Order: sequence, then structure tokens, then C-alpha cells
Amino acid sequence: MSTLEMSGMAVRRPLDVQAPQIDVFKRQDRLFHRLTLLFAVLVLAALAGILISLTIEALPTFRAFGAAFLWSDVWSVPDDRFGALISIYGTISTSLIALLIGVPVSFGIALFLTESCPVWLRRPLGTAIELLAGIPSIIYGIWGLFIFAPLFASHVQPWLQSLFGDLPLIGGLVAGPPIGVSILAAGIVLALMVIPFIASVMRDVFETVPPVLKESAYGVGCTTWEVVWNIVLPYTRVGVIGGIMLGLGRALGETMAVTFVIGNANRIATSLFSPGNSIASVLANEFGEADPGLHTSSLFALGLVLFVITFLVLGLSRWLVQRANARQGN
Amino acid sequence: MPATSRSAAQIGEHAALQVRNLDFYYGHFKGLNAVNLDIARHRVTAFIGPSGCGKSTLLRTFNRMYDLYPGQRAEGEILFRGMNLLDKKQDVNLVRAKIGMVFQKPTPFPMTIYDNIAFGVRLYERFSKSEMDDRVEWALRKAALWEEVKDKLSQSGLSLSGGQQQRLCIARAVAVKPEIVLLDEPTSALDPISTAKVEELINELKSEYSIAIVTHNMQQAGRISDYTAFMYLGELIEFGPTSQLFVKPTVKHTEDYITGRFG
Repeated sequence: MSTLEMSGMAVRRPLDVQAPQIDVFKRQDRLFHRLTLLFAVLVLAALAGILISLTIEALPTFRAFGAAFLWSDVWSVPDDRFGALISIYGTISTSLIALLIGVPVSFGIALFLTESCPVWLRRPLGTAIELLAGIPSIIYGIWGLFIFAPLFASHVQPWLQSLFGDLPLIGGLVAGPPIGVSILAAGIVLALMVIPFIASVMRDVFETVPPVLKESAYGVGCTTWEVVWNIVLPYTRVGVIGGIMLGLGRALGETMAVTFVIGNANRIATSLFSPGNSIASVLANEFGEADPGLHTSSLFALGLVLFVITFLVLGLSRWLVQRANARQGN
Repeated sequence: MPATSRSAAQIGEHAALQVRNLDFYYGHFKGLNAVNLDIARHRVTAFIGPSGCGKSTLLRTFNRMYDLYPGQRAEGEILFRGMNLLDKKQDVNLVRAKIGMVFQKPTPFPMTIYDNIAFGVRLYERFSKSEMDDRVEWALRKAALWEEVKDKLSQSGLSLSGGQQQRLCIARAVAVKPEIVLLDEPTSALDPISTAKVEELINELKSEYSIAIVTHNMQQAGRISDYTAFMYLGELIEFGPTSQLFVKPTVKHTEDYITGRFG
């Protein structure tokens, strides 16, 4: 025993907390642990619940059509025959167009904001981009339908047709009557909607690169482009891929804006200017008047398909990150 | 009185870099005031002085690193092979390829050990695979790192220890065959053993490169440098051969600093 205790002096060291108090702390800790665990489990439960109910509701459809539901292009309410191909095609093609346009533009925005933007412009521009993310999707929808689509029909498509209309493959992409509402229009509106998300995530992760790391790259004689391409992007790849996937997630599931501008036609055409539909737009258009039975069940099945696509996209992003890590020798 | 205008600031030997009347501004704040000195060819020049005295600032003018930050500017002349580095028309990327830099903290690039070295070389030279292999090995040997990493060249540069990372950064800087290597407190984040290795390395490198090093450690300056510059409040107070500056400083201020009476 220490000399202090032997001398009988009442010395309180920090560790001398009395037993009942310790019990209180322990109980609080346990309570806190259980409470946070509960919240975490809640998320899992919601996820499982949604997946289970979607599957149950979709079962009649899969019983009736089997896996062929996925690649059948028939969607006929009077005949009670349903297939998901057209909506899957619409969902994936509009999202791909959105990414093809959105990723390079977002990268450029983030690059400009972090590397070469004058200081006084940084905040206003950054805020403007965040505001763009806050615009409700229905507004993008009406804007797309009433302003963008007519412009598309009267100017863009005729112009592209006059340029490429006679070429063998590209001609097919721009063929068709100028209606305005189309797969491409939906893709472009989607691109506008995902750009703020991808750009602000990219900007945030670009800002996490230590200045001294960039300086060392400049120090061996790199140009700004070489620094960004070889140092900043590899350093932030996890965040960048995350940002792109966030955008893709939004594009895949976006309902209102797409429903407005995609044209809601149940067919697949080679032309990007032909109307189509997407999983989300079909759900939004048909749920209200769907009869119980195969029609409703098929809509649930569509929802399940969208869910699975989102899962696959997440898996793909994980795989991309791992592959990039392996290449860098991690 | 500051010795900046005295001939002591110039060296007899051939100079790799000549600094003439250099002023530096952070916005409105003047960080360097009329600095004149020469960096000797194939010698080690050390910069000492208390924090905020401008020694790192001075080093960063040598490869125009300050260019990256709006509001920072330098006036005066820094002559390198007869050209003024501060000239607006000067190609900074080329300057930086000729004047390499190593930083306070190890900064391996997020790529493999091999690519960390090859990256800078690829910017300016077109090499075949075997030529590049040779250059990588050469640079790693120069940095006394080859034996430790030769079997794991395809691992990430970040997988190395701090001391190894810093030697990797030195290898990366010498790989592009610069003429001058700038070291900004290269050992301040390292343990004593790694520090000794890096110091030994600096001693070997000086036969081929001119070296400028900023250090907080006066013993280190004494051990490795041929010339020492003492700076205080943005001015060059005293500059001369290390042996002379440490044994018989001519300015009272320098003496106070190196004997530990202030700073």
C-alpha cells in the first residue's frame, strides 16, 4: 500500500472513484451502447422489410412469367402480360447518359473550384452549385417539359440530323420525328440534376489532399493537370467513386423529372430522340390505376428490379475501389 | 547591422544559384527583405534561424513554389545558369524539374514504390522499360533505399516506414537528375536513426548536386553543411563557411542564437 494511505491522509486520486459511481457509469455506457445498436438495427430491419415485402408482392409475376419477365419487352395491361426489358433499358440508358455528361462536367467544376478559381469566386460558385442540388426534382421536370424539350425538338435534333442523319450508325441514333421528349432529353435533365451532387462531393474530397503532397508533385515539375490526374484523383479515388455512385443512385431512382421528359412510350428504339420509359416513370404513371393482380404485382417486380440494380451498382463501385487499390500496391 | 549587402554573402566558389536583392511578400506582409547570397555548387548550404525568420520562404522562392498561392510574390533576382528564375516568362515546370524539393513530412505519391520514382522521370524523358528500371534502381541506390525495397517495388509507397518514405522522396527528387536539391527540414519528422541515414545521404549526394537545406537543428547544420546562413525576421543576418560561422560568428545576433541565448 502506498505511504500516503498508511499515513492516513485522505488523498483522492482520480482513480479513487467510489464504487456506486462506477456502477452508474457502467450502466450509462451499456444503455448508450444498446440505444445506438438499436438505431443501427433499425436501418437493417427497414432494408430487410422493404426487400421482403417487394419480393412477396412480386412473386405472382415471377410465377406467371418466370425469369423471362426480365427480358420480355411486352407490357400490355389488357392482355395481362408484362415484361421489364423496356423500363430497364430506359433506366439504364438515361442514367448512363447522365453520367457520361455529368461526370466530366462535375470533374471540371471541382477542378476549377479547388485548383484555379480566384478566391473571391470560390464561395459564390460553390454555394450556387449546392443550391442547384436543392431544387426539387419536379421543377427540373416542368422546366424540362416546357422549355428544354421544345428547344430540343425545334433546334437540337434537326441540327444533329442535318449533320449525322446520313451516316450509317450515328444516323440511327438521331433519327425519328422531333418530339422533344425522349431518352436523351431525360438523360440530359438527369445530368443537370446529378452534377451538383457529384461536383460538390468531388470538390470536398479534392480539398482533403494535403497541400504538401500537391507541392511535391509540382516540385518534380508537374503541370496542374498532371498533378490532378496523377496525384489528386488517385489520392481521392474512394471519395470520387463514392460521389459518382451517389449521382448514379439518384439518376437510377429519379422519378418526377424523368416522367415528365422521357415521353412514356413503351418501346425500345435505336434513336436517342425517341421517347421511352424507365422503371421509376412506369411506377409513377401506373400505380394509381393498376388493378390488383398481375399488373400490381408486375409493378412491384419492377421495383424489385430497380432495387437489385442499385445493389449491383454499389457492388460495382466497391469492386472498382478494390481494383484501384490493388493497382497502387495497397 | 545586417550583413546582407556585404561581400561575405558571396562565395568564392562557382555558384549554382545567385540570389540578388530578393524581397518577398505575403500579400502586404514583407516576408523577406533584400536577401543576397550564393548557393555553392556541389556544396551543402544550411539555413538556420528561429521559426518565422523566412528560411523556408527563401527556399520556396528557389523553385517558385510560392506561385501556387495567390497573393505571394517575389521581387529581385535569382540567377540560375544565367537566367532569372523570377522572370514571369520562365517555365516553372522546367525550373522545378531542375531544382528538386523534399519536404518536412514524407510525401510519397499514392502509387507503387516503383511509380513514385518513375513518375517524375516520365514527365520529361521517354524511356524504355529497361531504361526506366535502371533509372529507378539508380535513384533508389542513391537514396540508400534499394536494398530495403528491391523486393517490393510494386507495393504502395505508403507502406514504407517514415524514414524509408523520406528517403523515397529524396530518391524521387534525384531521379529526375536535377542540379539543385532543396530540403525543407527533411528530418524533423524522423527518428534519430533515420535522421542519421538521411544526413549521411546528404553528405554523399553533394558530390553531384548542390544542396540547400532548411533546418531547426543547429547541430545538424554544423554536421552536414559547408555554408550556413543565419536568418532573422526576414533578413539574412550572417552567411559564411559553416566552420567560421559556428566558431567565430561576426554578428552578435548570430552568436546569441547559436549559443542558445535566444530563439
